[in-house]
This record gives sequence, C-alpha cells and structure tokens, in this order.
Amino acid sequence: MEVTLKDHATMIELSFVKKLKSSSGEMILDVDLSLEEGRLITLYGKSGAGKTTLLLVLAGLLKPERGYIKIGNEIWTDTEKRIQLAAQKRNVGFVFQEYALFPNMTIRENLLFALAKHQSEKIVDHLVDIIDLGQLQNRKPTTLSGGQKQRVALARALVKKPKILLLDEPLSALDHEMRAKLQSYIMEVHKEFDLTTILISHDVSEIIRLSDYLVEIDQGKVIRQGHPSDLFTNDRVNAKFQFTGEVIQMVKQDFIVIVTVLIGKDLVKVIANDKEAENLMVGDRVMIASKAFNPIIHKIG
Amino acid sequence: MIDWNPLILTFKLAMITTVLLLIISIPIAYWLAYTKARIKPVIETLVSMPLVLPPTVIGFYMLVAFSPANAFGGWLDNLLGLRLVFSFEGLVLGSLIYSLPFMVHPIQAGFANLSPSLKNASFVLGKSKFTTLRSVLLPNIKPSIITGIILAFAHTIGEFGVVLMIGGNLPGKTRVASIAIYDEVEAMNYAAANTYSVILFGITFLILLIVYLINGGYFKRSRYND
Repeated sequence: MEVTLKDHATMIELSFVKKLKSSSGEMILDVDLSLEEGRLITLYGKSGAGKTTLLLVLAGLLKPERGYIKIGNEIWTDTEKRIQLAAQKRNVGFVFQEYALFPNMTIRENLLFALAKHQSEKIVDHLVDIIDLGQLQNRKPTTLSGGQKQRVALARALVKKPKILLLDEPLSALDHEMRAKLQSYIMEVHKEFDLTTILISHDVSEIIRLSDYLVEIDQGKVIRQGHPSDLFTNDRVNAKFQFTGEVIQMVKQDFIVIVTVLIGKDLVKVIANDKEAENLMVGDRVMIASKAFNPIIHKIG
Repeated sequence: MIDWNPLILTFKLAMITTVLLLIISIPIAYWLAYTKARIKPVIETLVSMPLVLPPTVIGFYMLVAFSPANAFGGWLDNLLGLRLVFSFEGLVLGSLIYSLPFMVHPIQAGFANLSPSLKNASFVLGKSKFTTLRSVLLPNIKPSIITGIILAFAHTIGEFGVVLMIGGNLPGKTRVASIAIYDEVEAMNYAAANTYSVILFGITFLILLIVYLINGGYFKRSRYND
C-alpha cells in the first residue's frame, strides 16, 4: 500500500521531549512525528520504551518539558508559547490498559457519565448496540471479565465522539478469541466514527491485520515508521495471499520440512526446503505468502 | 445519678469537630495525595505533628496565642468578639488541630491507593476536577472516609490535654467527660468516675470495632451475600 498524503489530510504533529522515570532509571522520550489523520496507527516497541507516555502526553495528561503538539491548525501544546490545552478540552478518547472503569457506577452509568452537557443519550444506546453491551448495562465493572471490561472502556471512550482514539495495549490481556472479537470492534468503530486511532501493540500479526501505519519506538526514540508489512518483512512481498502466524511444529521428511503454522485459529501446513527451515524455530513468527497458485473457492453452507 | 452534661458536651464537641474536619480534610488530603510540590513534606509533617506532640504543648501554645492579653487573641476578641480561651469554640478549634491527622491520613491513603487512571479517565472524558472528585474519587474511597470519620470522632472523645489547657474545667461549657473523670477522682468520688469511664470505654470500643469491621471488608461481604 502506498503511503501518500491526501491533499486535504490533517496532520497530527508531535514534536516534544519528555523526561520520564522508569524502572531502569531516567529516560528521555524525544519524538518528532507527523501522523496523517484517519489512519489506524500502531505504536510498537519494548515495554518501557515510552509508548504509554507518548499517549498520555498527546491526551494532555502529562506535560512535556518542551515541544509542541498540533492537530491541523489547532495547537494543543506549545511550551514556547506556554500553551497547554487541558485534557478535558482535547477531543480524545482514551482506553487505559487497566480499563479504568469507575467501580462505583454500573456499566450504563459509566457510559452516561461520559456524556457532555446537553448531549443526547442516543449515542450511548448506539454504542451499546454496536459493541454488544446490552446484557451488561446494569452490572458493576467488578463482575465483568477482562474482555467485557475492555469493550465497555472502548464504548465509554467513544461516547463524546472523539476525533482521536488512543488505546493502551487494548488486547494484550485477552485470550485469542476475545482478541479477534475486539479487533473487529476496533476496526468497526475506527471506520464508523471516522477516527484517527493510535494503539499500542506487541503482536506482529495483530499489527499487520489492524493497522495501516506503524511507529516503532525504542529507548524513547522513534526508530522506524511506515507500513507494517514493509517493516516486518525484509523484502517487499508482492503477493496475492499473505498471512502471518506462529510456527507450532516442524517435521523433517526426507529433503523437506513440514512446518505447521498457527494462523488465527487455524493450523496450516507449509512445505519448506532445508535452507528455509534452517532459519526457523518453533515459536517463530512467520509470514506465509503465495502469488502463483490457483485458489479454490468453495461455497460454504 | 451522675451529671450527664460532660458526656453530652463530649459528643457535641466530637460531632462538630468531625463534620468540620471532614470538610477541611478532603481538600488537604487531595492535595497531599496528588501534589508534586516541594513543600509537601513540610505540610505533611505539620498535619502529623499532633500524633507525636504532647497535647499539652498544642494546648499551651493555643492558650498563649488566643489569650485576649496577647496581640492575636486581642485582635480576635476586639474585632470578631471571639474569645477562644476557656470557651466551647476554643475547644472545637483545639480538637480540629488535635484530630486533623486522624481524618487526613486515611483519606489521603484512599486517594493514593486509587489507580491514577480513574482520575485520568475522568479528565479525558471532559470532566472537571471537582466533578471527578465528587463522582469518581470520593465514592470509590468510601471505606477510607468512614475510617477517617470514626477515628476523628473517637479521638476527639478521648482528648484531655488540649481541652484542659485551652478550655479549663467550666461545667456545661468546657467540662467534657475526660475532664469530669479527672475531676471526680480528685474529689475521691470513684463511683462517678467509674460510671463515666465505663461509658467512654464501651463507646470507644464499639467505634473502633466498627472501623475494623469496615476495613476487614465484613460489611461488603455480607452485602454481596444478601
């Protein structure tokens, strides 16, 4: 996919320095990013690299030492001009890693709390609908599972119709099935609400499936950015079909090795020659691509 | 029959002190829990001083400060007609200072133990600091607030030194139960002293028992079992 700018695309410009204390001592988050509005962007990197801090600074919950944040013509932060727009006034939705649902309120009350003054409750009903929260509305957050809490947090973040949605590792604590479900919710609301979404993820296959732009951060610096599949594969593969998965098993048979790969919930067997198999180990993340074969189409049901 | 006035006065003092302390302590505890100001340890120390200082020291300085013969006390007396020495108002002020840490500490700990994301989530949803405090933070630290209320109340009931120094022993005005006990003992009236003591003993036992039941989650568990 081409990374081109639309003529009228609004840019999210982040250029700031923020000192932070982490478990491994003091670190400086020093970023200079220009992100196109409307994209689904992933922040990728080791824990402690400064990803969460970047989201907190963008949301106005932390103040950088110096630098600026601009959304199109709007200035959210400019330390030189002493501008720091309050978090309350930034049109941002934030899904926290630990969900941060208010324990004293029911699910519905959590959503209603997010309404702006005079905002109609319609949006809450709509979100309950598309994120399937109908059954949960009258329950308290402590009685919910991780996946359910995450869905509520997502819905709550969208109530005030933000322009930018920030998700701090929304999927890492969930099992495989919940993950897939939430991924589709995120994609759905990203489109429906015309959002710019920035999420933190460690899962390569998830990133390739979900996002159309990737920013890799290490030790507080942006080390790579671009289209995810370009960054995660050494050569650009111009393939018709391409999947990512995890190597589960490798069985040597004569001159070939049969590699079993878990893609989503499906096991796929792929034949690799000795040379290809040399670099592979069980547990590796791999991409499987093919361009010269005849796909077979079967109608289901 | 014993004179009930000292007991009534004690509970009136404890109640007024507790209500005022609650109002004062929430902002102080909020500030202490979230501030990054360099002066924080100094304020924290001042709030905690009554824990370790002999009550007579607090009482003594208040007596000196509020005496109409001195500048500050004279100014209060002339301008506001407020005489804090040997008066009930003086007892309230003394108790406020004396019991302040017992209210501030539990509430401060309550704020500090809440995940910072709750506050952040509310801010990002566009809610002001006040709305966040009222609708998100305070309802989620209820056990801490109840603990603070009960400890401050119980501690005010038990005070002696501050009261004696600043309030003296005026029947119906400043003669609270703890002083009445001392007074009766001085007069060799052990039976009356015993009655006051038993009542105070019983009440403080009950109050502290409630604190431990709340902190042990006893009420929460039984509520879920309903």
